[in-house]
Amino acid sequence: MQRFANPGRFLRLARAVYPWTAGLAVLCLAAGLWFAFVASPPDYQMGETVRIMYVHVPAAWMALFVYTNLAVAAAVLLVWKHPLAELAGRAMAPVGACFTALCLITGSLWGQPMWGTFWVWDARLTSVLVLFFLYLGYIALSNAFDDPTRGGKAAAILALVGVVNVPIIKFSVDWWNTLHQPASLTRLDAPAIHASMLVPLLLMAFGFTFYFVAVTLIRIRTEILARRLRALQFSQGASEVAAASPRQVSA
Amino acid sequence: MTRKKRRLYILGLFLLGLGTATALTLTAFQDNLVFFYSPTDLQAKKLPPEQLFRLGGLVETGSVERSGGGEARTVEVRFRITDLEHSVPVIYAGILPDLFREGQGVVANGRMAPDGTFRARELLAKHDENYMPAEVAEALKKSGRWNETVGTGK
Repeated sequence: MQRFANPGRFLRLARAVYPWTAGLAVLCLAAGLWFAFVASPPDYQMGETVRIMYVHVPAAWMALFVYTNLAVAAAVLLVWKHPLAELAGRAMAPVGACFTALCLITGSLWGQPMWGTFWVWDARLTSVLVLFFLYLGYIALSNAFDDPTRGGKAAAILALVGVVNVPIIKFSVDWWNTLHQPASLTRLDAPAIHASMLVPLLLMAFGFTFYFVAVTLIRIRTEILARRLRALQFSQGASEVAAASPRQVSA
Repeated sequence: MTRKKRRLYILGLFLLGLGTATALTLTAFQDNLVFFYSPTDLQAKKLPPEQLFRLGGLVETGSVERSGGGEARTVEVRFRITDLEHSVPVIYAGILPDLFREGQGVVANGRMAPDGTFRARELLAKHDENYMPAEVAEALKKSGRWNETVGTGK
């Protein structure tokens, strides 16, 4: 793990891994969308509305998965002070925020016809909204300082405080009465979802995961290059100032 | 102890403390975190009569009566909400959600009338965690493995 904290080594690894993850994301999402919208049957009570689930559920899983990764990056940054962990956190947060927003939007579009309301303040919906605000807070805090390393550190603390929300979201439907239905896939007996609907759901979930990895790799790479550019500009600017100052004195 | 190790321990303690604090808070607010009460909760709770709350459970099979315009969806509906132990009579006038039917989970928002019926102002359908094509549902019903009140499973 520590070996890959070297930015140069990371860039080489990212260059090798990126085409695979991007390709797999395209493949899984194409197949998943085809199954979700064409090749899967309507539900016995929801009808065609079930198709919203193929975007909503993977987006919700990703919202939690990305946040968990963000928290791990935050812990690595605070304990081992790896600069790459800070860049990874910065790179992942907006992606996670988008997944969370997608989950909330598709969920309320599903809720209106099925439940009879766009939004209720039950434990599941509220805790996911809090997760969305945690992402926004992370993004805002990490950019709130002139010195990006200080911003990264402050945001890492926020990310770790927010990690208590992850189990709350997961188990909210079991701990309290909620309008939101409990999990279908992680039940101890057989999953409560028919195989013909499980295939598009899992394909979409894999597609979202590969997409997340691919986008995060690009974003970290861009961030490393941007930092290098900034360092170069800074040293160039410093030498220009050094070159310019004698002339100023003479003038 | 190296500095890294010390930071790791501090982080662990911090998360442990945070987790404990959250668990205690959530336990203390248990009552405010539930979205609805079941008919059994209602028996145990003894809420004040004018209190607005949500009542959740299954629409008791054979209890739905529509008064007025037959199949119209905005007429007054009377039914019973049950959790298979206790049940409460409900009166609701308004638009019924698509999923409303006997055996379906619902959450009603309203207050208890003095005569012991629940006057609902808002009615939401609760969806269960079972997803299957219509043919599979039919097949389950035919083979007798279908449980009308709670869907499949359980």
